[in-house]
Amino acid sequence: MAEEPIRTINYVDVSVGDILPPLDLSIPRSQLVRYAGASGDFNPIHWNDRAATAVGLPSVIVHGMLTMALAGRIVTDWIGDPGAVAELGVRFTRPIPVRDDDIGAALAITAVVGALDEQARTARVDITARYAGQTVLGKARAIVRLG
Amino acid sequence: MDQAYVGRSFSFADAYEVGRESIRQFAQAIGDENPLYVDQVAAQTAGHLDVVAPPTFVIAVIARAQDAVMFDPALGLDFSRVVHGDQRFVHHRPVVAGDVLRSTVHIDSIRVMAGNDVIGVRTEVVSGSSEPVCTAFGTLVSRGVS
Repeated sequence: MAEEPIRTINYVDVSVGDILPPLDLSIPRSQLVRYAGASGDFNPIHWNDRAATAVGLPSVIVHGMLTMALAGRIVTDWIGDPGAVAELGVRFTRPIPVRDDDIGAALAITAVVGALDEQARTARVDITARYAGQTVLGKARAIVRLG
Repeated sequence: MDQAYVGRSFSFADAYEVGRESIRQFAQAIGDENPLYVDQVAAQTAGHLDVVAPPTFVIAVIARAQDAVMFDPALGLDFSRVVHGDQRFVHHRPVVAGDVLRSTVHIDSIRVMAGNDVIGVRTEVVSGSSEPVCTAFGTLVSRGVS
């Protein structure tokens, strides 16, 4: 099978203000179950409405770390090689409730190149994640190594 | 919470062996079809020893080590009230299948902010005896009883 070469992005081709291709995702409840299994985070507030409402949440909510992983995807989709992510950080500012239907929660992720470091040949990517029009992450940033 | 924990570190005895199937399952769970997570040839063509783990996969690597410290009753963290405040990974090199990783958990800070206990945790992940792989910074917030 012919391998498609992994896209790499060269430092000289990136400018501050460049907008990354946006990512519109829906997170159904089945994905929370899948993520629980893959990550080992079995906190019941992510799969059991009774546990979620007992602590004052409207319903089960997305794992913060799943939201962070999805925020990372906009960056790795852009650079191609996930190994080029030198740093990824977020603050969790708002829980994302997930409806019990086929869509679950709709998440809109956007990102822009916020800064460049010529010496290190890295870019800082500033990420925004919105649910129902409100941001759900703060200071969501990645540092990526460029070619 | 017990302030005496600030500055302490805890080495977790069990190593975490990174498997190709664990990476595949994690990538599927986050809905990410990047070939470098599943295709050895593609990963090696890109210069990696084996398939690469997604940037946040490290949370699964450090979970048991971190939980062992955080769930220690002596620390005094009320887990029924804990929420994840923030998380940051500094990757010194990518995690790849075949890595045998060890975690050391450091309690960097314990503060009280607006009636909440806020604990800063740093977990150093190394391969073999000492090769740095990732530093994971997390903040856990235990909401105060109002």
